[in-house]
Amino acid sequence: MRHLFALAAAEPSQLMPARMQMAFTLGVHVVLVPLGVAFTFITLIANYRAIRKGDDVALLLAQRWSKVAGVLFAVGAVTGTVLSFEMGLLWPGLMDNFGAAYGIPFMVEGIFFFLEAIFLAIYIYGWDRMSPWLHFWSGVPVVITGLGGTLAIVSANAWMNQPGGFTLKNGRVVEVVPLEVIFNQAFWYEGLHMLLAAYLVAGFMVASVYAVGMLRGRRDRYHRLGLLIPLTVAAIVVPLQFIVGDSTARAVYKDQPIKFAAMELVPKTATDVPETIGGLWINGEIVGGIPIPGMASLLSGYSTDTEITGFETVPEEDRPPINVVHLSWDVMLGLGTFLLFISAWFGFVWWRKRDIPKTKWFLRIVAISGVAAVLCMEAGWILTETGRQPWVVYKVLRTSDAVTSASGIWGSFAIAMAIYAAVISAAVIVIRRMTKRWREVGTSDHDVPYGPPPTDIDLTHSRSTKASS
Amino acid sequence: MVNTVALILWAAVTLYAIFGGADFGAGFWDLTAGGAERGRRPRALIDISLGPVWEANHVWLIFSLVILWTGFPPAFGAIMTTLYVPLTIAVLGIVLRGSGFAFLRVSLRTNEKRIFGAVFALSSVIVPFALGVVAGSIASGKVPTNGQGDPIDAWFNLESLVCGLLAVAACAYLGAVFLTASARWLGAEDLEEAFRKRSIGAAVATGAVAAAAMVVFLDNGPNRMERLIGVALPVVILSAVLGLLALYLLARRREKTARFCAIGAVGSIMAAWGVAQYPYLLGDHLTLAEAAAPSGTLVFMIGVVIVAAFTVVPSLIWLYRLDFQGRLMEIPDTALTKG
Repeated sequence: MRHLFALAAAEPSQLMPARMQMAFTLGVHVVLVPLGVAFTFITLIANYRAIRKGDDVALLLAQRWSKVAGVLFAVGAVTGTVLSFEMGLLWPGLMDNFGAAYGIPFMVEGIFFFLEAIFLAIYIYGWDRMSPWLHFWSGVPVVITGLGGTLAIVSANAWMNQPGGFTLKNGRVVEVVPLEVIFNQAFWYEGLHMLLAAYLVAGFMVASVYAVGMLRGRRDRYHRLGLLIPLTVAAIVVPLQFIVGDSTARAVYKDQPIKFAAMELVPKTATDVPETIGGLWINGEIVGGIPIPGMASLLSGYSTDTEITGFETVPEEDRPPINVVHLSWDVMLGLGTFLLFISAWFGFVWWRKRDIPKTKWFLRIVAISGVAAVLCMEAGWILTETGRQPWVVYKVLRTSDAVTSASGIWGSFAIAMAIYAAVISAAVIVIRRMTKRWREVGTSDHDVPYGPPPTDIDLTHSRSTKASS
Repeated sequence: MVNTVALILWAAVTLYAIFGGADFGAGFWDLTAGGAERGRRPRALIDISLGPVWEANHVWLIFSLVILWTGFPPAFGAIMTTLYVPLTIAVLGIVLRGSGFAFLRVSLRTNEKRIFGAVFALSSVIVPFALGVVAGSIASGKVPTNGQGDPIDAWFNLESLVCGLLAVAACAYLGAVFLTASARWLGAEDLEEAFRKRSIGAAVATGAVAAAAMVVFLDNGPNRMERLIGVALPVVILSAVLGLLALYLLARRREKTARFCAIGAVGSIMAAWGVAQYPYLLGDHLTLAEAAAPSGTLVFMIGVVIVAAFTVVPSLIWLYRLDFQGRLMEIPDTALTKG
């Protein structure tokens, strides 16, 4: 206990609020990321179908999706800006030295983000007067830059887990090899893992909206297609995600043994380690939980003989918060398995009958799959970020040495929470109103195909009559 | 090499000041457009002109930040640990502004439009003011090399505050000039006339505040800005000439050329700052070379910018052209177009 107090006293007073603020703002932003990265891909599938087969329902879906994407991309852009300010406002100790290396992936991301913003604007606003195919192709760079941008930004995070490509002299960064920074050891597994996560989260989120609509009795072709396109994307991605996730876990086993020990709740180095489902680490012992014998060893090295390093091999101040890491791991795996089940059910029925499963239960679970997918991704991020602690740059810089000494972070955290709460509620209200309006218009909108969207704003004097219509 | 990266940083900040600035300025005119009925059409004009481009314009800010922290990491740390109060205000304002604008576009109810519009317009004034204050503090050398400067005094002073005002004025000026050109293109003559008057008013105000800022800086020396009447004097004169030329062109209804002169006038204010500051990044205590990242990083950054020149620039030109030709206009009402 005395040891604990000593630790608390040594901890900078701003560490807690700074970590909370970062976690909160990142946690909100990351929900918007899949919608920026993968939603356009889903929209383009509908758009392609619309042009190829003259499918007006698909066209209507694509147009409406792009309008929703426009709103959410804007919110994503500004919440992302907050993160780049916070790098310096909260973690100056990270930036003022390691910025020279850590900033490299952000430079690359800057280009991708720029192109994404430009082409998304052209795509979203270009429905009116461009030829259908030119308009379609203006959306394709959004998908490509979304991939590149995600890989670049995750590269920066992967670098924090497996830093490389720089030389320290007297604690200062004196030499940087940019390509080694970008393609660090954790780059591919972390990058692919997040990329697939973005696609499956976007897929399930969009599909769940139409599942709710169908449960409320709106079982027209519009809703069917609105469910089918994103759900197919998600269903294909989930099994791939399990393969990438599996190799990610084994890479963490090798690269960050203490994080891995916390995930698997392994205090002492051992072989034949059980996979503990649930359970907590309280006062130096494991309480509760269901152990599956030998499973953790088997999964990390294909054999129950595989030795797993325990977290008690390092002093307490070098350990991450065990319970947070372990429970996030359980939540991520549990929800991932649930999503895999949806994917398998849908895949099987589609294979046999070329149709969506008829039972209401299927629609019910798809209806909650969007929330499940978001929570799954959030759990993954909590796992990787918390599991890296107490390091901000793994084994190079401690989080407590990077944090700002500025006072009043609790205050800025409170204000940020209030503003985000307002923005999120407004976003929900606005999008609900949009969908309500669309329901009233029905699925046979006048503004198809490639017609001007309806508007109530008129720039000329209200007296003047319109020349057309 | 350090100079090249410094030039890139300056270019990114200046492009943000111009294009982001014009966007903020549009928000300023939204704020002052009057009640719901009187302000309906000016607001519609602002909405049309801003919609497709504001996100792309906003990226210049993120790009500037990234260039600063990657190319000159200690300076980034020093600025952030000293000026966190105005910076926090700016970033939270950016969140409100971007969301407010995005929601404004898609909501149809008057009372909701009013709330979102007010949030958008108010934050359009607060954000440039806060960022201008930050620029003023840096220019007047209030940020110590190791950061941790006084959290209040570093920015709550005459030099910083006058720069905040200058930023708001310059934004309003650019915004009005851009909107005049938009209104003319859309054939809304009365709006064109209204915004031309506002452009001229804002131009005079910007010139006056810029002159006042110079006096304040020279009076509260010693700081690097004393070189505004030294080595940077030609650039200062250029800015004044371009500003006057823009005024003349506005009066003669040559909005398109006036727009370029206005861009040049604001750009050369930024250039004057850059020239006066050179070769220092913070006051006269931290040079660009001292703050620069290792050469590997700098070479990479220059490479990235070359790639950007071949990808981002043509894409951006395409976006602006589509926007200007009205092919991204949300309002394809034929009564608005020429002819």
